[in-house]
Amino acid sequence: MTRSGRFLLWSGIVALCAWVLVPIYLIGVGAFGGRAAAFRWPKGILPVNTSLDQILVFLRIEGVANAAMNSLIAAGLTMLFSLLLGAPAGYALARFSFRGADAFRLMVLLTRAFPLAILALPLTVIFIKTGLYDTPLGVSLVHTALALPFATLVTAGLFQGIPREFEEAAWVFGCTRFQAIRKVVLPLALPGLAASAVFAFVISWNEVFAASVLTVRERTLTAYLLTVLSESPIHYRFAGGFILIVPSIVFIFAVRRYLFALWGVTSR
Amino acid sequence: MMKFDLIRGTALVAALVAGVATVRPAAAQELVFLSTQLRPVDEAQKVRDVLLKGAPKTVYVVDEPSPFTVRMKAETESGKRTISLVGALHGELQPLAPLGALDTIDDVAAKLGDRGIPASLMELGKLGTGKQVYIPWMQATYVMVVNKKALAHLPAGANVETLTYKQLADWGKALAEKTGSRRIGFPAGPKGLFPRFLQGNLYPSYTGSMVTEFRSAEAETMWNDFKALWTTVNPNASSYDFMQEPLMGGEVWVAWDHIARVKDALQAAPNDYIVVAPPAGPKGRSYMPVIAGLAITKGAPDRAGAAAVIEHLTKPGTQVLTAAEVGFFPVVNATLPADLSPGVKLLAEGIAKTQTAKDAVVALLPVGLGDKGGEFNKVYLDTFQRIVLRNEPVRATLDAQAEVMRGIINGVKAPCWAPDKASDGPCPVK
Amino acid sequence: MNQRILPYLLVAPAVVFLGAFFIVPLVQTIVLSFDGGGTGNALGNYSRMVNDLNFGVSLRNTFMLVLVVVPLQLAMALAMGMMLQKIERGREMVLWIWTIPLGVSDLAAGLVWLALLQNTGYINSALFHLGLLDGPTPWLNSETPVTLFAAIVLAEVWRATAVVLIVIVAGLQTIPKEFGEAAEIFGAKPWRKFTRITLPLLKPSIQSALILRTVLAFEVFAAVYALGGRNFPVLVGEAYTWQNENQNYGVAAAYAVLIMVISLAATLVWLKALRTNPETQA
Repeated sequence: MTRSGRFLLWSGIVALCAWVLVPIYLIGVGAFGGRAAAFRWPKGILPVNTSLDQILVFLRIEGVANAAMNSLIAAGLTMLFSLLLGAPAGYALARFSFRGADAFRLMVLLTRAFPLAILALPLTVIFIKTGLYDTPLGVSLVHTALALPFATLVTAGLFQGIPREFEEAAWVFGCTRFQAIRKVVLPLALPGLAASAVFAFVISWNEVFAASVLTVRERTLTAYLLTVLSESPIHYRFAGGFILIVPSIVFIFAVRRYLFALWGVTSR
Repeated sequence: MMKFDLIRGTALVAALVAGVATVRPAAAQELVFLSTQLRPVDEAQKVRDVLLKGAPKTVYVVDEPSPFTVRMKAETESGKRTISLVGALHGELQPLAPLGALDTIDDVAAKLGDRGIPASLMELGKLGTGKQVYIPWMQATYVMVVNKKALAHLPAGANVETLTYKQLADWGKALAEKTGSRRIGFPAGPKGLFPRFLQGNLYPSYTGSMVTEFRSAEAETMWNDFKALWTTVNPNASSYDFMQEPLMGGEVWVAWDHIARVKDALQAAPNDYIVVAPPAGPKGRSYMPVIAGLAITKGAPDRAGAAAVIEHLTKPGTQVLTAAEVGFFPVVNATLPADLSPGVKLLAEGIAKTQTAKDAVVALLPVGLGDKGGEFNKVYLDTFQRIVLRNEPVRATLDAQAEVMRGIINGVKAPCWAPDKASDGPCPVK
Repeated sequence: MNQRILPYLLVAPAVVFLGAFFIVPLVQTIVLSFDGGGTGNALGNYSRMVNDLNFGVSLRNTFMLVLVVVPLQLAMALAMGMMLQKIERGREMVLWIWTIPLGVSDLAAGLVWLALLQNTGYINSALFHLGLLDGPTPWLNSETPVTLFAAIVLAEVWRATAVVLIVIVAGLQTIPKEFGEAAEIFGAKPWRKFTRITLPLLKPSIQSALILRTVLAFEVFAAVYALGGRNFPVLVGEAYTWQNENQNYGVAAAYAVLIMVISLAATLVWLKALRTNPETQA
């Protein structure tokens, strides 16, 4: 590549990185700057009278620790369920052509095409009757319905990317289908499966509406912050927004290596 | 091998989490108090630490009005209760009564005879059913907050304490011309209470009515005036939810809102503001008192405890504390202490000015609309949007919206409420 | 194990689960949308929806947003994907940064952009320092529809381009290097190489990215709400308003059904328009 071409390429990359990072940096400045920073005009790009007050106020609120725990439980269960349900279905889509496969794909896609919040009322009634109401388990079931399409389609792509011949070779050596999957396919698919699980985790962590309708005391962190945030002064809102963003940065960092594998060769 | 560690780690975490989830103890029969009021963090904390001190042990949880309604409906439909006590606005409790979500509490009301809650407020708590459904908890109203900087531009002959809508428009114009930006603000955002301004302040002040005269000639004049006034209102008004933000930011100097939604601005800088009654129109200075009530759910897990909490919260001492701590005012006979914080004192003065104005007219919260309260608000808001924001002809819009209003009122057969004169049968929209 | 039953056994748990937690409430909602809303006419909810003040506006806004945002995101993601292919060192780092918004909830994204675009926000401050503005200037209200729309587009592009990027990057990886090298040997210019070789081979990925993004774009809500409030009604926002503020679940259900029908129609359009033949499809 020519020198000027290289320069152009890297300025493009740097500009796009700034496009992502600068807004996050600025809300960070707002989060640590307090009321003064929120109302300052004109605003500078450097932090002013930085303090941890807003953030600490949030963390000290009664129930935040419990809500964070609930979020972890709900997201963890979502991760588990979506993988346990999604991976076998993905494997079936990848390895077999069977009648109803397209109908199944469509049903999976449908779950993303419908505003979930509208389903809250019927779901809430069912949940109260079955005792799932106000439990992280109940929240995770709804979140699994959201994460399952991704888990299914993504794992289907993953399994498709692992040559069928590997499995067939294992059969030749006397493995049953399940042994072949366990010994040959799973080890190869593991990174992608892990990434897909973490993706389910992120979906659950960020979901607000179902979580806030289906719980009273056992709120998830996002749902808990939402009720608090929408009516707090703006600098608290910046702090809350910042708190919501930090975990996503960490999550994405944790799975960055597998992001390709996650989407792998999937194209549907 | 790093891959495998990651997977094992993930599996381990998931297993742990699942374990924790299953062994969490089921909550015992707790007294759960769900409230749509006093939601912001520090206020909720004050309820727990200060206001509920001395009451039976209570779990105080807050919720926004919409999930609150969904939850109450769902619990009623499924017949399983977690919540014993609810605290919400009159308009939020109203739709719950016809669903059978709330118990009648004449027995609790009987014990509160000595509290001195005005009969008119107790009557509101019956929601037109003849039985006590909720006990008035605390009250508030809508006021105007004025930044002292704006006083210099008051039009000649206008007194800020007895402002009219005409003068407000002139004032807004003067402010826009002198300061270069439009300084009047209304909370017309998605979560703002602007529909209450139209119903409780503007309409009755011009027409002496909220419903009956909806499409009258006076209403036509009113909308034309208000359209002119709107040209001096800050263009961001349709994003404002709480006026304390633009007041503190200096974007707005004259604002109308609920007292609880301007409190932060007043407490942050009590010397910068005065609080006055909303403006007057040809038919007087209308205002709308806001009532929050306490109700007990039908099939409450702890009915006796809930009743005890109601008794505690309506004690004069607790009521005074409520005013001092969170800025909602007593429904009972209680004298506010002299050492209120300056911000709360401003609010108290504002309320007093509003209630005792010589030309005051009381507009009540809608009665008997059931779950149509939201659609009733929408009629006013849609009318505003069409006439003021989209420039549609006033007459035709009023006629069309009156039709919608008639449909709602006739559907629920709600008789008139103040300031409209009592009616037999559904309140007529002339 | 019988080869014919096995796939059904594998799919069954997911189907049962979606049946219980999605299809059942979905059917309840569809039934609700046809209950007439007390008018006696089964389409009562739908006629209220269509005759509502905000219906036309929200329909138009939603489509405008999808039509502007989705192509923009595809173009950006393609450009980003090509850039990533060109670099060797730091690739992982760059990809991480570009995909951070993937995990940012739409609520948080709305807050971020509000901080930037409000009257006294950072963008106005920057313009002020450059001498382009005299003071705090509002961009996000009904009197400034163009900048409001632009702001929402910015926020949406910021928030949701990462999903498209990942699908595109994954697709680019499946294109054998030899194809590009062969083209270079025959002297193809980069642009020609891109349009003649990369794009056609990328078609399946582009198709899935478009389907995924379009479906999600029709659901856009929280960020729009944070920036535009009532000034920029969109379909999902109206559904929420009918459900939460007006507490008319029938009309809300009608909106939800409409959104689903539109999303499905859009999916079919992409499937037809970008028909891929099974051999090139991974």
